[in-house]
Amino acid sequence: MEPLLEFQNISMRYHALSGETDVLENFSLTVEPGEFIALLGPSGCGKSTLLSLAAGLLKPDRGRVLLRGEPIQAPPVHMGYMLQRDHLFPWLTVRQNALLGLQVRGNLTEAAQRRVDALLKSCGLWDFADAFPRQLSGGMRQRAALVRTLAVDPEFLLLDERFSALDAQTRIYLADEVKGILGHDRAALLVSHDISECISMADKVVVLSRRPARIQQVHAIDLEGGPMQRRSDPRFREYFDLLWKELDVHVG
Amino acid sequence: MLVETHSAAQSAFLRRYRRRERLIVYVRWGLLALFLGLWELSARLGWIDPFLLSSPSRMAATAASLFASGELFTHISVTLGETLVGFLLGSLLGIGLAVLLWWSKTLSRILDPYLVILNSLPKIALGPVLIVWMGSGVEAIVTMTLLISVIVTLCTVLGGFNEVSPEKLTLLRSFGASKWQCFCKVVLPGSLPTVVSALKLGIGMSWVGVIVGEFLVSRAGLGYLIVYGGQVFKLDLVMAATAILCVLAALMYFCIAFLEKRLRDKRGETAG
Ligand SMILES: Nc1ncnc2c1ncn2[C@@H]1O[C@H](COP(=O)(O)OP(=O)(O)OP(=O)(O)O)[C@@H](O)[C@H]1O
Ligand SMILES: [Mg+2]
Repeated sequence: MEPLLEFQNISMRYHALSGETDVLENFSLTVEPGEFIALLGPSGCGKSTLLSLAAGLLKPDRGRVLLRGEPIQAPPVHMGYMLQRDHLFPWLTVRQNALLGLQVRGNLTEAAQRRVDALLKSCGLWDFADAFPRQLSGGMRQRAALVRTLAVDPEFLLLDERFSALDAQTRIYLADEVKGILGHDRAALLVSHDISECISMADKVVVLSRRPARIQQVHAIDLEGGPMQRRSDPRFREYFDLLWKELDVHVG
Repeated sequence: MLVETHSAAQSAFLRRYRRRERLIVYVRWGLLALFLGLWELSARLGWIDPFLLSSPSRMAATAASLFASGELFTHISVTLGETLVGFLLGSLLGIGLAVLLWWSKTLSRILDPYLVILNSLPKIALGPVLIVWMGSGVEAIVTMTLLISVIVTLCTVLGGFNEVSPEKLTLLRSFGASKWQCFCKVVLPGSLPTVVSALKLGIGMSWVGVIVGEFLVSRAGLGYLIVYGGQVFKLDLVMAATAILCVLAALMYFCIAFLEKRLRDKRGETAG
């Protein structure tokens, strides 16, 4: 099977007056279709940079980022990028927010609108489609942001500390929901420094070193089901301890 | 969506709320009436000199005679016209320049010190120069108005543009948005409230510009009436013209406030 996303020997360096920062050095990673990968690494090691590269918002200094074998030149059409906060636009209704990506792309077809309506229904937001974000509860806002991301029918998602701004309960609940809605055919690259979150969502946890980020260790997570179910699996604890030590060794 | 609850306590709350709102409106108008009444009374009783301080009835009489001679309309329309044209040109130019400076960070950096200086310079100082350049006509007044309102509009609006969160821009760019799309979809709508405050500031500035301009050069307009009245010691005329100016400025402000309310409704900012 052809890999969906490939980082090939990426090197990346930021330049500023205070000096240069090596963020990535010979970084390589492959994401298969439908694979959910979590990137676990210390803060400032270059995780967001990796996502920006995959989103086509940055160009690597050296190496290539390939989507289905083709170098990424601009933000791919079927890509969903979720930032730490929901960033719903307060002056647009929930539906208008959800249609944003399609509108920007000029893909606002009837079929696409029907898909968004279906998503709003399945996320329990149908009654609030014409409400404004400030009228929604925190959890509903998160779901609205999710609908906006899914509206462009993404084949892969980039989640940058997606859940870290939430309280513990909403975080787990939403993670469960995201997994449920994503299904198994969409790939995702999740950035987090929350070990439990990585284990509960990902098929694979990639532990990164301090800057410049290199891959320290890749752990396949052999757990079934959604985040809730996984958290009650006895092996969850084992994975947790393993990753905890791993991070401790390289970061601490 | 939001269920209206109508418990007894809620009705009582609403009643109290409405009563307080009504009271506030009554007291507002009452204060004005009290002020005018006291003024009139003290002029009649000779506590103040009506020749120097005029009185509401003398102002009304002056306004009425201006109205009867048809002059009132001319003066008002001249001043109003100058203000509106100066305000519109100043706002359009100010917003246009703000878009340009948002677009080009380099240009913005280059012009930054000039803007700071222009912003703190009393533009009125340029009045005599303008008259030399443009003659003592309406053009000089409108230019003066434009100069006074354009810088404040530019600085306020640009500030609003630059405050839009970079993460919102990143989000939009991840959908493949161009810079222009980013501007239209996030930067402009995100800073609309700031743009409206800039307009409010601008309209106030425009009145200042027009009146100062009329002081310097005009042959008609409320500013002209004020200067002329002062020169011939007709304080009734000065006061009447000032009062009319107050009313006009208030009306204009309320127009903008009304538009702002409409905008906020549409953007759901007044929704629960
Ligand atoms: N535009 C930039 N210019 C210069 N340096 C930058 C820039 N963006 C990021 N950096 C630096 O590069 C390093 C990696 O940044 P990045 O945002 O990718 O890290 P991260 O792993 O996402 O960090 P965090 O966990 O804090 O989100 C950081 O040290 C940061 O200070
Ligand atoms: Mg980051």
